Amino acid sequence: MQDVTYRRPATLQEAVQLLKDNGPTARVLAGGTDIIVMARERRRDTSMFVDIKAIPELTGIRFDASEGLTLGAATPLYQIYRNETIQRLYPCLVDSASLIGGTAVQGRASFGGNLCNAGPAADSIPSLIVLEGKARIVGPNGERTVAVEDFCTAPGRNVLEAGEILVSLSFPAPQPNSGARFLRFIPRNEMDIAVVNAATSLRFEGNNVVAARIAIGAVAPRPLFVPAAGAALVGKPLTDESIAAAASASRDAATPIDDMRGSVRQRKHLSYVLTERTIRDAAHRARGEALEH
Amino acid sequence: MSNRIIINTVINGEPTEFLADERDSLLEALRERIGLTGVKEGCNNGNCGACAVIMDGRLVNSCLVLAAETEGANITTVEGLAKGGELTPLQQTFLEDAALQCGICTPGFLVAATALLEQNPHPSEHEIRYWLAGNLCRCTGYDKIIRAVQHAAERSA
Ligand SMILES: Cc1cc2nc3c(=O)[nH]c(=O)nc-3n(C[C@H](O)[C@H](O)[C@H](O)COP(=O)(O)OP(=O)(O)OC[C@H]3O[C@@H](n4cnc5c(N)ncnc54)[C@H](O)[C@@H]3O)c2cc1C
Ligand code: FES
Ligand code: FES
Repeated sequence: MQDVTYRRPATLQEAVQLLKDNGPTARVLAGGTDIIVMARERRRDTSMFVDIKAIPELTGIRFDASEGLTLGAATPLYQIYRNETIQRLYPCLVDSASLIGGTAVQGRASFGGNLCNAGPAADSIPSLIVLEGKARIVGPNGERTVAVEDFCTAPGRNVLEAGEILVSLSFPAPQPNSGARFLRFIPRNEMDIAVVNAATSLRFEGNNVVAARIAIGAVAPRPLFVPAAGAALVGKPLTDESIAAAASASRDAATPIDDMRGSVRQRKHLSYVLTERTIRDAAHRARGEALEH
Repeated sequence: MSNRIIINTVINGEPTEFLADERDSLLEALRERIGLTGVKEGCNNGNCGACAVIMDGRLVNSCLVLAAETEGANITTVEGLAKGGELTPLQQTFLEDAALQCGICTPGFLVAATALLEQNPHPSEHEIRYWLAGNLCRCTGYDKIIRAVQHAAERSA
């Protein structure tokens, strides 16, 4: 690795100042599972690591029945999937957190790092989108909030400006009769990059779907929020026809590439299949039923 | 010249102070500065698990941790498993069940499986396979490793 300086600021202000003073080669260090490898392989010119894990707002899990859930952006995944409130109320976050890397990666990796890294196949982002995640950002010019679906802009690129830090991710309190599910397709059972991934959240009133959000990944330059897919479900009971319409909308929205992990045709097909499966599973969860697999 | 810093940790129960470059990974520091060469380098990018250690109670890959991040941390490597020359039940069953051939992956598997058994003393086969999915072995075909972990769990009934 090239020569680097390591800093572990105790406050957000200090961290923002360090990033501002040291320019673009000063890199935020959360779990390090992406950035340490990239710095070592010289894929990111790095002069300084600004370790954000000692900053109180950046770690930890806070839940309030009316405010909802707030996750410090650098909270490691294993703390997220072991949290009982998250297991009960936000199982879709557990789906994502428990699939990223293996146990040793989950001991360090964070949702904030996964989101900021802005990989098209990132396994947390579809879940963060369908759960209406809001990214709180603090930087040299103050504070702002960005919806997760607007956070990534291109492969490896996001909306953060020089000196800005993603502080936390917030999610509204779950509504009654709602449920969400994330699934990914890979050729083996674990430890691989998604060929396609998808998430769906649903809310019912009586028999009718009254809200639906669907997002798919690894099929476009950035994780894709597909409002047309959700819209195909809303205002009616969930039927095979409405599910097929939503899944077709996902397939139509996907603009994948051919690579060693999958072809365009396979990825289009998987967008359909995973959308369908996540809708069915989200509906089970909304009704309080256990999933079959 | 990279900056040199002094780091204070507890490694395998011993308070340990060492000098490291700010760019050193924990893997490099353990092997090259502290001499704990049981920790292995396989891939150096987080994929193989040969460099796994337990840091403050959680399993991590030491190639994905900076030495500088370990100030004040408590670290267990494969060298810290046996106490007073006495192998742990898991180390014993690895030998009995022939859960290793060339052995380069073994320290990582031992440390990872130790972390598993600490928090889940009686894991199912599925739980063992899932937990160890980040550890790669090119020799054994995994079944013997899984069996050794199961046998160790049975022994600690
Ligand atoms: C073996 C292995 C397996 C993996 N498997 C998967 C997988 O299955 N699915 C998947 O999606 N990913 C996977 N990854 C990639 C990686 O683990 C994830 O993207 C992880 O969530 C990154 O989080 P981190 O905290 O380690 O990020 P870091 O590496 O610390 O940071 C990632 C990037 O985001 C920036 N950053 C981090 N936090 C902030 C913040 N709060 N504010 C501003 N910028 C920030 C950093 O500067 C860096 O550019 C894998 C990685 C490895 C090594
Ligand atoms: S050497 Fe660290 S995971 Fe392979
Ligand atoms: S025994 Fe050779 S790699 Fe596992």
